[in-house]
Amino acid sequence: MMIHYDLVVIGGGSAGLAAAISAYDQGIRKIIILEKDPYLGGILLQCIHNGFGLHQFKTEMSGPEYAEKYIEELKTRAIEYRTTAMVLKITPELEVHYSNANDGYQIIKAKAIICATGCSERTRGAISIPGDRVAGVMTAGQAQRYLNIEGYMVGKKVFILGSGDIGLIMARRMVLEGAEVLGVAEIMPYSNGLNRNIVQCLQDYHIPLYLHHTVKKIIGKERVEKIILGEVDDNFQFIPGHDKEFVIDTLLLSVGLIPSNPLLENIGIAIHPKTKGPIVDESLQTSIPGIFACGNGLHVHDLVDFVSGEGERAGIFASRYIKGELQAKQENLILEAKNGISYIMPSKINLNHVDQVLLSFRVAKPYLNVYLKVSLNGKEIKKIKKLYLLPAEMESLVLNKDILQAGTLTLEVLDA
Amino acid sequence: MFDVIIIGAGVNGAFVAYRLAKYQLNVLVIEKESDVANETSGANSAIIHSGYDPNPNTLKAKLNVIGNRLYDDICHDLDVEFKRIGSITIACNEEEIAVLDNLTKNAIHNKVPFTILDEHQVREIEPFVTTKAKKALFAPTSGIINPFELCVGLMENAMDNGVKLHLEEEVKHIVNLEKGYQVITNKETYQAKIVVNAAGVFADEINNMVNPHQEKIIPRKGEYMVFDHFTEPYVTHTLFSVPTSRGKGVLVTPSTHGNYLIGPSSIFVGEKDDESTSKETLNEVIEQAYRLVDKIPMNHLIRQFAGLRAYHESNDFVINQPIPGFINLLGMQSPGLASAPATSLEVEAMVKEQLDLVDKENYQKTRRPLYRLNKKTLAERSKLIKQNPQFANMICRCEQISEGEIVDAIHRNCGARTVKGVKKRVRPGFGKCQGGFCEPLVMKILARELNIDMNDVRFNNKGSYILKNKTKGEHDDTL
Amino acid sequence: MRKFICIVCPKGCHLEVDDQLKVTGNSCKRGETYGISEATNPVRMVTSTVKIKSELITRLPVRTDQPIPKSRIFDVMAEINKLEVTAPVAIKDVLIANVLGLGSNIIATRTVEK
Repeated sequence: MMIHYDLVVIGGGSAGLAAAISAYDQGIRKIIILEKDPYLGGILLQCIHNGFGLHQFKTEMSGPEYAEKYIEELKTRAIEYRTTAMVLKITPELEVHYSNANDGYQIIKAKAIICATGCSERTRGAISIPGDRVAGVMTAGQAQRYLNIEGYMVGKKVFILGSGDIGLIMARRMVLEGAEVLGVAEIMPYSNGLNRNIVQCLQDYHIPLYLHHTVKKIIGKERVEKIILGEVDDNFQFIPGHDKEFVIDTLLLSVGLIPSNPLLENIGIAIHPKTKGPIVDESLQTSIPGIFACGNGLHVHDLVDFVSGEGERAGIFASRYIKGELQAKQENLILEAKNGISYIMPSKINLNHVDQVLLSFRVAKPYLNVYLKVSLNGKEIKKIKKLYLLPAEMESLVLNKDILQAGTLTLEVLDA
Repeated sequence: MFDVIIIGAGVNGAFVAYRLAKYQLNVLVIEKESDVANETSGANSAIIHSGYDPNPNTLKAKLNVIGNRLYDDICHDLDVEFKRIGSITIACNEEEIAVLDNLTKNAIHNKVPFTILDEHQVREIEPFVTTKAKKALFAPTSGIINPFELCVGLMENAMDNGVKLHLEEEVKHIVNLEKGYQVITNKETYQAKIVVNAAGVFADEINNMVNPHQEKIIPRKGEYMVFDHFTEPYVTHTLFSVPTSRGKGVLVTPSTHGNYLIGPSSIFVGEKDDESTSKETLNEVIEQAYRLVDKIPMNHLIRQFAGLRAYHESNDFVINQPIPGFINLLGMQSPGLASAPATSLEVEAMVKEQLDLVDKENYQKTRRPLYRLNKKTLAERSKLIKQNPQFANMICRCEQISEGEIVDAIHRNCGARTVKGVKKRVRPGFGKCQGGFCEPLVMKILARELNIDMNDVRFNNKGSYILKNKTKGEHDDTL
Repeated sequence: MRKFICIVCPKGCHLEVDDQLKVTGNSCKRGETYGISEATNPVRMVTSTVKIKSELITRLPVRTDQPIPKSRIFDVMAEINKLEVTAPVAIKDVLIANVLGLGSNIIATRTVEK
């Protein structure tokens, strides 16, 4: 027996909450959020540290506080939600199959679906770290969940691979709860994390940062006992004779986040080769009509504030879709990433669906004092000076519609 | 006093227990690891070979072909995933064609059904085979199996029928008595009329405890790469290389869960606990894999693992009874898994020579099937959920496994006691997230069902703790 | 001469502050202010969790509502670790007032109803 909703939002984290609230404010009424955890808020609930909300709320707060702001907004609106509800399948005909102990196995027929399923962490197996397969090797996010939600220390003598913010935050967190953190290794010549975290998570606690280093081998019988850290050259080849050995009981991995969309992959949705999330247009609509994506499940963000903004936009566009308003004639702008640009989102823009064009992009490596060149159909239309562009910081660009027309829009980095 | 003590709960130990469970015998299986199928039987290609590969007139050839045929009925009775997807052995140049021709002679001699395919025919049945393929041997009786389900299924059924299993117990000494043997472990001392040595890589050490003729097993490591399932089509048969001057070659195969396996390497190692992987070896594996396919889905790589083969210098199975009542299974490397149904019949025959085998009354031939919720119809699923809402609570997002299935896997005979045990039986942790999402939930369930603290839940053997301690100096009193 | 990496913006200028509190290496005024602050009285916010008796969770996230001296972080952590609260707890509830007299409260950062 099928139940009907106008909008199903898959994921009750920052993107999903913002999307549901926004759709409601656009007049959509039969909305349901399906969340796999026992509570709303998603990953924010384990991000107990500060640094959230500076853009959205002009003040800094912790992850749970940021989530609470949206949960409070949600509760003032008649938006349904189910927790401990795992979505098992969605179809191109906009059916959503989910399962939870209260409702059993349910099938919902929706008029639109917003996927806000977040991201997952890259694992040891995905980057092939050699050595013994032992307990005590886990992702930083997993350790964070055990520590902040369940209340368990995963180990006492820790080494961290990867200097992105999750790794840095966990370095501090583990020390504050009584562990010894022997170091953080980063294969690149620079850290991807915020300087604030380098200072307040590593320097404050005298934790050494080993740039140009990565874990060469994991050694242990049943639990990790040692790692061999190797130094790499500019081609990421190990330099012989530059190995360091660390005696540890825990190795935490902070080696990248990837959008997590098994539901979309299972129905053959077009996936972006760089972001690993679905390819979307200006309305955040995927290659299947009626299915929208936003948040870290679409592309990995650095600031939750922008996740909320994207969720809000997904809510607006999904509402337009439900009302039949996303039918305008195609006047398409194709986005092309050129020199220095890793990816641009969205991939395609129907100029008739928007008042202005909003692009997000990331550069492939750090740049200082450069120009961002915007070209339309081969001709330069804008040149913007940039003091710095970093891969760890997603950039956005707003372009006025009057300078645009159908064709190809190219973005590239030029030296000053 | 036991009639039979079986040392080792890998596929051979489990199969012997399964065979002997039919009779009115007191049988004990002693296993040093925390679970069945934790060593070689838990780290292999999971292929039920057709039998063309072993040299004719070897024990391997004889038992492989017989064993292969027996799998359909056994897997039906024990609810074990087994699919005869067929294998294609590929030759890309003159040297390889010559080897293939020899293998063809083997196939004829060993009485293995096969077809020879030319370069067009091979691509017709397997579009993902390399364009370099010139000639191929197609063996339709080759199959893939879930080796964990197999070993657990065999042991569970054996235990349902009264066989005892002691895990985390290691045999230290064996004493030859007048009639029978004294088996001394790190925990207890037992007596048995017959001892079956199914200790795999350690079978030489067991043999050498009591047999004046000493044996040596040399571990030979095989490293593998595992790829996640994906929606785009890929290989649908097991692809084999022929051994050449360039190397033994690897295989590329689907698994029973829609994953893909590439490997193994083949290197003798010094230590019997060296199951480490290395970058160099895995790069070689990839290089060898390109002899079989032109595309490898590297962006779906989720794991590497290694297993040890039990190699005996004869390069054949050694199934003997060097002293009355002491039955050896030595050197049971590939095709050990495929041969196991037949190997165990040989052991059963040897046991029959010494003991009266009286059929057990109320013998159960089958085990209760697994729930396999994600394969059930909506109606069947809803019915199960009505009986038990735990079947609606999803724990594993990647493989879609419910709490009810995990609880069942813990409480059946030969049930899961560790995170790895749950993984082997019902799969949470085998998928893309590698436990990232599901491990905390699985640990909670194990803690609750086994009535232990969450930080006493182990990944595998003793020492493989996942959580060190509760924070703030607290003891886990939430249970 | 003290050295700091400025954290005010992503440029991360390498600051140097001498004994007369003269700052060099900064690109802007905010960097100068930060350099002086770090050299004279470095402060930090502390975020952690406390034990909680509730139906849903066993750990409640908390934080200082004002920055406290960097040198006292572990003392503040010791006070936080002594706490055990019982649901219901509301976000912003003061769990320890003026911890160790440092001018900051420890407040809840999550609402737990039961």
